[in-house]
Amino acid sequence: MPVNSAGLVAKTIAVYAKDVRLEFRNRYATSVVLMFAITTLAMISFSIGQGSLAPRLLAALFWIALFFSAMAGLSAAFVREEESGTALALRLKADPTAVYLGKLLFNLTLLSLVTVVVTPLFFVMTDAATDQIGAFVVVLLLGVIGLCAATTLVGAIISKAAVKGALFSVLSFPILITLLLMLVAATARVLDGQSFGGILMELQGLFAYSVVMITASLMLFRFVWRE
Amino acid sequence: MIWQWVLFVAMGVLIVMSFITPAPQQQIGESSRIFYYHIPQAWLAVVAFATSMIYSIRYLKRREASLDDRAAIANALGLVFAILATVTGAMFAKVTWGTYWNWDPRQTSIFVLLLIYGAYFSLRGAVTGDERRAAMSAVYSIFAFPPAVFLMFVFPRLTPSLHPSDTIVDKNMKFAMTTDVASILFGSLVLFTVLYIWMFNLAARVYKMERARREDD
Repeated sequence: MPVNSAGLVAKTIAVYAKDVRLEFRNRYATSVVLMFAITTLAMISFSIGQGSLAPRLLAALFWIALFFSAMAGLSAAFVREEESGTALALRLKADPTAVYLGKLLFNLTLLSLVTVVVTPLFFVMTDAATDQIGAFVVVLLLGVIGLCAATTLVGAIISKAAVKGALFSVLSFPILITLLLMLVAATARVLDGQSFGGILMELQGLFAYSVVMITASLMLFRFVWRE
Repeated sequence: MIWQWVLFVAMGVLIVMSFITPAPQQQIGESSRIFYYHIPQAWLAVVAFATSMIYSIRYLKRREASLDDRAAIANALGLVFAILATVTGAMFAKVTWGTYWNWDPRQTSIFVLLLIYGAYFSLRGAVTGDERRAAMSAVYSIFAFPPAVFLMFVFPRLTPSLHPSDTIVDKNMKFAMTTDVASILFGSLVLFTVLYIWMFNLAARVYKMERARREDD
């Protein structure tokens, strides 16, 4: 159905603002994701002990921590709607594209917040270091966008299923492997001291991944939402 | 009926030919014969994956239960062929590279394909209601396609791999395919594909009958 774009933006923002306000009231997703991230980081730091690790291992551990945090909380946006029975009302009020974009923005906000907390902690706890702050931040940003691009639709799918929590990671992982491989490769190079020139191919891949996954989600979301 | 007998005889001839002709890869020797079976299996795992995606798209457009059946059947057959390709690949890897598993890009991509097939059936098991299950699994099947295709066709070419990336024109391995080798491999691909189509249609008929019986009850 044709949607006028000003209406779409307004509705997207309305959905987003609703979710942020809800989250602000009980802080359910934020606290779960943050605690999960800190637990994973502590595990990593404990098991490394005093030794320092190669950049590639550090990069892998970093993205494993963020992957599990994302798995812990990114499905909340849709599961909450189904569990509180508000999905039907939202379906009547807003068109699917606005709902998807609003939820995507919400997940982006949530995961960015986690990343902002986790990244400094990671550097402190594992003794990792890089002087390529700019390249690191760009990889981080593309990683957060990619994770949300792929998992928002999966969150919508599992909100209709019986066993939600476990299914979310089972369905997300095969889709995310492509992204995680590129992220680990890029992060390892950055931790090794390379700048933008050294990770150009990975950056292109990461960018393409997010574009493709968001486009596919926009096309497919209405089939999930209307069930 | 006649073409099933033709397939039966042709398969028999193919199996015999694959063992009595000279080994396809002289440096590797006898064990390289596995590639007459490994390549068709990997090919069918990918074909099944694409078949499932196409039927999923058609299901979302037309909402016919039989299209959902076919998407599920393609995934089930894909799972079988992906397991076969993984096992034969691992055996060949043990002989030529010394280890069963070393996360070669090709092994990574077939592993991801296995995970997607597994996830697809976990999803089917977890969603109740025929139409909702069909729609959810169709969406997942389509959504998992682009990243998997990237992993299967782009990633192995970006990363150094021990796997012969293109067996037919690989210059480093000096793999000059003789006409014998090429015709057996081509025959194997064609016959396995026909076998796949046959299995696919049989399963589709079984599903259709089961559905009819359920609706009678």
